[in-house]
Amino acid sequence: MNVTKQPKTLVLKGGTIVDPLTKNSYSGDVLIKDGKIAGVGKVKTDKSATVIDCSGKIVTHGFCDIHVHFREPGREDKETLATGSRAAIAGGFTRVCVMPNTTPPLDSPETIRYTVEKAENLPVYVHPIGAVTKGQKGKELTEMAAMKREGAIAFSDDGVPISDATVMRLALDYGKMVGAPVINHSEDVGLRNDGLMNEGAFSTKLGLPGNPDIAESTMVNRDIEIAKIAGSNLHIPHTSTQKSVEHIRRMKKQNIHITAEVAPHHLYFTDADLVTYDTNLKVAPPVRSADDKKALIAGLKDGTIDCIATDHAPHTIEDKEKTFDLAPFGMIGLESCFGAVNKVLVKDSGWDVESLISAMTVNPRRIMGFETDLFSIGTKAEITVLDTTIEWRFTEEDIYSRSKNSPYVGRTLVGKPQVTLSKGMMAEIG
Amino acid sequence: MLKQRHLLGLEGYPAEDIQTIIDTAFGFREVLDRPIKKVPSLQGKTIVNLFYENSTRTRISFELAQKRLSADTVNFSASTSSLKKGESFKDTAQNIEAMKIDAIVMRHPSPGASLHMTKHVDAIVINAGDGTHEHPTQAILDMMSIQEKFGKIKGLKIGIIGDISHSRVALSNIHGLIAMGAEVTLCGPPTLIPPNIEALGVNVSYNVDEVLDWADAVNVLRIQMERMGIGLFPSIREYRNLFGITAERLQNHEKEIVIMHPGPMNRGTEIDSSVADSKNAIILDQVLNGVASRMAILYLLLGGKHLEV
Repeated sequence: MNVTKQPKTLVLKGGTIVDPLTKNSYSGDVLIKDGKIAGVGKVKTDKSATVIDCSGKIVTHGFCDIHVHFREPGREDKETLATGSRAAIAGGFTRVCVMPNTTPPLDSPETIRYTVEKAENLPVYVHPIGAVTKGQKGKELTEMAAMKREGAIAFSDDGVPISDATVMRLALDYGKMVGAPVINHSEDVGLRNDGLMNEGAFSTKLGLPGNPDIAESTMVNRDIEIAKIAGSNLHIPHTSTQKSVEHIRRMKKQNIHITAEVAPHHLYFTDADLVTYDTNLKVAPPVRSADDKKALIAGLKDGTIDCIATDHAPHTIEDKEKTFDLAPFGMIGLESCFGAVNKVLVKDSGWDVESLISAMTVNPRRIMGFETDLFSIGTKAEITVLDTTIEWRFTEEDIYSRSKNSPYVGRTLVGKPQVTLSKGMMAEIG
Repeated sequence: MLKQRHLLGLEGYPAEDIQTIIDTAFGFREVLDRPIKKVPSLQGKTIVNLFYENSTRTRISFELAQKRLSADTVNFSASTSSLKKGESFKDTAQNIEAMKIDAIVMRHPSPGASLHMTKHVDAIVINAGDGTHEHPTQAILDMMSIQEKFGKIKGLKIGIIGDISHSRVALSNIHGLIAMGAEVTLCGPPTLIPPNIEALGVNVSYNVDEVLDWADAVNVLRIQMERMGIGLFPSIREYRNLFGITAERLQNHEKEIVIMHPGPMNRGTEIDSSVADSKNAIILDQVLNGVASRMAILYLLLGGKHLEV
């Protein structure tokens, strides 16, 4: 990958322009001058323009990932804002939201400002998510309003659930005034118990303690019931079970405003893949059964699930080389995201690529209140050029994250970002 | 020779190879009855017994098997070695590998640990228990003992009684017995039966008397007291009343039932002393067959040159 400053005048020529906002698709060029959109469709260019041939490719909005862990401050050996941003731009992402479970956690206006300032000159837009409770301990609310002023885009104790329903209720009530989504890592700690993988025939065979689907779905149900009376923005992260999808679908039918995301690995893998005890597949929530995977795909297709978010969670090789019970939960996912979900959803499940693009661009931007009209003249260019049919083997060379904990290494993915334009920078991924 | 290079578990293990091991083990049983109980089959081979978890009988059984085959053995155990000093799994593995050993017999508290070991070393790995996953050599000695008693395994009805959820012995027995054509019924409190276990082709019952009526033999598992504290079963009294293999309970059943136990036993809890010591119990035969089975496994995996029996 080559990341350089964007040429002064740049033409993305002859591609299929997919605008996920208007749902229009047409052949044409995109002209970018001084980092801003200067023309879309038929554009006039002069000789000084740098031209990138996009024939056979899709030109669309830059991807937006509302759920990543960049580990800074505290675990810079796993990832930093800078290395995570490189991973993002390599995956076609121009905008990411970083979770606050750092050391110390992002639970104050000061730590939020630190993150915003630290990320200012990085090639992608980085928005911190603030902690809901002080120290992510699940007890006292943080100064959400002040944190929002400093740049917190949403609130979450992700990594740990807010177990106390009263605290969740207070957070949703208070969050309504602050005007930011509240995101809860839904997992009933009692039901999860010491579970290390999805509970079922495979956990029994492997002798690994199971984490039942109801550990997630009962808390999802609790949270949406609370959101219903609070009338505030609840966002459900990394939905992993059929039962959660059913709860969300039922509530959305009642026009309750909730949103939900799904992670690529819950769409790609199932618990059957754990027979190798690959610690890179140890995630929270765990990869589930084939039926759950099917329900998640159906949930995305019918709009029950709004968007895809990677839950990019870097861990060192030393941590992941441990035995399965001791290895930490989490996998990276930015670089492999499009190739993985495009394979599962478009190639294998017949979804249209335009809808997939919406689930990675306009839908997550809407949840967080970001600008969604990215092809209008004068907008700072956030553009991704995609080859949607290329079949390629994902290797460690494709990883720009500081950590390499990816279960996709060695697997064949379908589709790959070619060029990402973001914050005046241009990444040629190759 | 056996099809798989390691012995990690009995899930998917070929039935004909289980039979080969058992048949070979009967050959070694005969060696164990001799005045000089030693053959030179594995002379010059080095085997490490790597025990991350305490074990008395399994380790001694392996060690005896190795000595009877004239192999050189080294013991690593968690309480005495660098394992306790926080050395990583990978470093331990690579250090042992660097010492040019031929096989590792390994016990570890983590499921999948023996498979994990095969990724770090070239030596042959024999799983002597990986957490709550498998304990294949125990299942093989159990099956050998069943064959010794009944002359066959196929078609027999075997009950496994007790804490199935936390038992590597149960899981390996299930895979092995099903592969060998036996019928298996599991019996214990529902809180100690793992989810979806029926997918492995077994029956589940919560009524031990029904199982005793049905079974040719029952394998009684050790009940671990620490499970009681977290509500998996309420009390020893309740457990004994519902699932204990007591003398009174057996008297209510007319036919003879063969009693097995992998040890160590809690006499008076899951099994009465009088039952454990009765003529129907083959618990000490299991111990002896354990040495013979492990000799057979080591011999077959390490390619002993000549079977001098």
